[in-house]
Amino acid sequence: MLEYARWKYVLVAFVLVVAFCFALPNFFGEDPALQVVRKDRAPMDTAAAARIAGFLDERGVHYDSTFVDAGRLMVRFADVATQLQARDAVNENLKDEYITALSFASRAPAWITKLGLRPMPLGLDLRGGLHLLYQVDVNGAVGQLLESYEQDFRRTLGEKKLPYLDIVTVTEGADMPNGVRVLLAPDADATAVRDALRALQPDLGVQTVNLASGPAVQAVLTPAQIRQRQDYAIQQNLTTLRNRVNELGVSEPIVQRQGFDRIIVQLPGVQNSADVKDILGKVATLEFRLVDTQGSIAEAVQRGRAPLGSKLYKDKNGQPVLLKRELIVTGDQLTDALTAATQDGPGVSVKLDARGGAQMLKTTQANLGKPMAVVFIEKSRETVEVDGRKIEREVTDQRVISVATIRGVFSNQFQITGLTQSEARELALLLRAGSLAAPIFLAEERAIGPSLGAQNIEQGVKALIVGMLGVFVFMALYYQVFGLVADLVLLANVVLLAALLSMMKAALSLPGIAGIILTVGMAVDANVLIYERIREELRIGVSPQMAIRAGFEKAFSAIADSNVTTLIAGVVLWVFGTGAIRGFAVVLSLGIATSMFTALMGSRALLTLMYGGRAKLTKLAIG
Amino acid sequence: MEFFHKQTRIAFMSTRKVWYALSAVLMIGSLGALATLGLNLAIDFTGGVSVEAALPSAANVDAIRTELERAGFREPQVGIFGSSREVAIRLPPDDSRSVADIRARVEQALLAVEPGAEVRKLDVVGPQVGDELRTSAVWALTFALILIFIYIALRFHTWRLSAGAIVAVMHDPILVLGIFSVTQTPFDLAVVAAILAVVGYSLNDTVVIFDRIRERFEHNRRLPPMVVLDQAINQTLSRTIMTKVVTLIVVVALLFLGGPVLRGFSEALMIGILAGTYSSIYISSAIALDAGLTAEHVFPTVKKTAADDMP
Repeated sequence: MLEYARWKYVLVAFVLVVAFCFALPNFFGEDPALQVVRKDRAPMDTAAAARIAGFLDERGVHYDSTFVDAGRLMVRFADVATQLQARDAVNENLKDEYITALSFASRAPAWITKLGLRPMPLGLDLRGGLHLLYQVDVNGAVGQLLESYEQDFRRTLGEKKLPYLDIVTVTEGADMPNGVRVLLAPDADATAVRDALRALQPDLGVQTVNLASGPAVQAVLTPAQIRQRQDYAIQQNLTTLRNRVNELGVSEPIVQRQGFDRIIVQLPGVQNSADVKDILGKVATLEFRLVDTQGSIAEAVQRGRAPLGSKLYKDKNGQPVLLKRELIVTGDQLTDALTAATQDGPGVSVKLDARGGAQMLKTTQANLGKPMAVVFIEKSRETVEVDGRKIEREVTDQRVISVATIRGVFSNQFQITGLTQSEARELALLLRAGSLAAPIFLAEERAIGPSLGAQNIEQGVKALIVGMLGVFVFMALYYQVFGLVADLVLLANVVLLAALLSMMKAALSLPGIAGIILTVGMAVDANVLIYERIREELRIGVSPQMAIRAGFEKAFSAIADSNVTTLIAGVVLWVFGTGAIRGFAVVLSLGIATSMFTALMGSRALLTLMYGGRAKLTKLAIG
Repeated sequence: MEFFHKQTRIAFMSTRKVWYALSAVLMIGSLGALATLGLNLAIDFTGGVSVEAALPSAANVDAIRTELERAGFREPQVGIFGSSREVAIRLPPDDSRSVADIRARVEQALLAVEPGAEVRKLDVVGPQVGDELRTSAVWALTFALILIFIYIALRFHTWRLSAGAIVAVMHDPILVLGIFSVTQTPFDLAVVAAILAVVGYSLNDTVVIFDRIRERFEHNRRLPPMVVLDQAINQTLSRTIMTKVVTLIVVVALLFLGGPVLRGFSEALMIGILAGTYSSIYISSAIALDAGLTAEHVFPTVKKTAADDMP
């Protein structure tokens, strides 16, 4: 008699039922859909949904259905062409109110979706979209920190009346690592300066050095501090990019750190990259300053230098403006910014944090009736030609975007006016999302059109189905009944794999589909090893039931061994690969686990069920 | 159905010199091709621009090329793929421009010549990213091989089997690389993934055969090693062929139906699986044999006592 423990049957059955539930949504497929959200971030309601639907009807664009999900309207279409047509129609006519994004809607019945079961998300190569890889300028972030130290040192030494020639920041590549250097006159009191700096920044390595140009005191960042600063900058940028991406209204975006100083942004369904990149990569912040009403602008322009305590700026129209050097509030103290219609036209309604609010209160109380300016600071990279060579450099653009008279005392909530509609929108967006802690630039860009994505799915699925059918037929012919058992087990394996991928929410890419196809091919191996063993045992005259048992037992070591080798390849790929390749590695490695389970436990349970109880079994239908 | 109704008794080992010679020729040829022709590295590794666009009418390839040159791109490659209405553009990396700038200019140039073009795919990879991917691909292959060597060393108790497995494991990816070099098939990241899978699969066959060698020695340790090795290969032969046929069925499906993105990937797998079958049958065991493998190495008979080691 051939037996198999009852708990093993229960385990196999339980795993398969759970797997089937999780894999279920994938079998329904997805329809191309258009996601529509309101530009002012208010949730879509049935009235808005009806409006979009009515508009599409009017335009003669055929949609299948509409539904509102988490404040977003989804409109389903039969094909990609209609979806694109609808997007263009909405974008051309309702651009000011709504943001559209190409998306997919599951065809699974509502009750499945209600249970929280979702199909596995599709990678960009399957649904189309934009893949951006940003490089974070981590050295720039360290430079910014050094500059703030430099400012602190100047202030402290000034307050303590310790004379110095100059203070410079030194970054990697010069004769010292990242740090700040105070250059002193030959007779200066270096020890006093050193102690002052130590007291100010106890964490820095402060020491006196003798340079060719004279004595100096230098404060150097430790490698750990540099690393910490860089990490901070990357984390901060990640948050900001995530916020900005959310503002774009793209469905299911991905923003992830990759390696040490890279950030990946994946925007499914996005086609036009220019606008997106413009917003994502912008390094912008705001400063609020009082206008210098005493100094003469004409004189400052003529001398090219502002009076003491002031700084010369330009406004949007290129006119010079004289502002005081003291900052009232900067952009990082903002907590929220929204576009608002004000008496003076479009504007941005701003909220400040407690500290910013207190400062603003103090300033407005003391300066009622005086003008205050908002300075917009933007950093970008541009390529310029120097001596016939093209080099990239960072440009800082500072301009006064608004000057308004302080009409009342206010603290943490006020409005910036004097903007155009689009300026107000962009400013609000950038302010809300926060500023980038370090400049970023694009290292890689990949765009996949929606039709190519659809074609990739179609080809991948076709290859999967044809490949599986080929294997099924071949196995059935070669191993007869046992072949059919193997086919069932293979099918269970694919279901199990699909369930695991859906549970992990791992994005399926074309190489991922290839991985599933390969898993089918490789999963057969375990069955083949077992069946060949059974045949061998039968050949030497072992009874059928004993042959089945011996087949499973003797084939085990070979199955385990051969899977370990593939697992090594999978893990290495996972470690070194990125994106789609990593997807392949995940599928390959999971496939090994699922095929071990199905081939060893699943097929044994099935075969025992079929042959275990038969007392007079003389022959096995194993071909 | 069975491939072999009776247990085959093919004398694999006696002809091994022939297969050594064949493999040596293949290896030298592959390494020679790699050294002279190199690989046709895709932009994943070189950096640069790759564009695929669908056009409303037949592509004017020369005009697109001229326009790209006018836009300041050196050596633009413009060609047709699929139908005459699908155009592929490939540009070498350019250090002096930002990725965003390159994209804008390429798109502009293409649309200037073909206003109705639909850009289906546009990849711009910065040279730095390309360099890094190349490095990480080399690392991935190196690291996989090191791990596999460690696995082999732990798995087989004698260096004779390990040597055979290592040669077989090196043999297959080198052949894949050689064929990619000779045919100048585009070599992208997916091909690296395929090669790693090939390394795993090829070793898998070798392990199954070696497993059987151990079992045969256990069964009868007096048989000459050559006979045992032939037996082991023959006994696992129907499994080896069956598994390969099934894997090839799915790989062929991928090759013909998977589309251009997976072509290089499927080709690498196909070559690798065929090479892996051959090398695990003819090369890995043969090397173990010539390294002097005997039952003694697999199962040491007498446990040596400390006294035995004394002079």
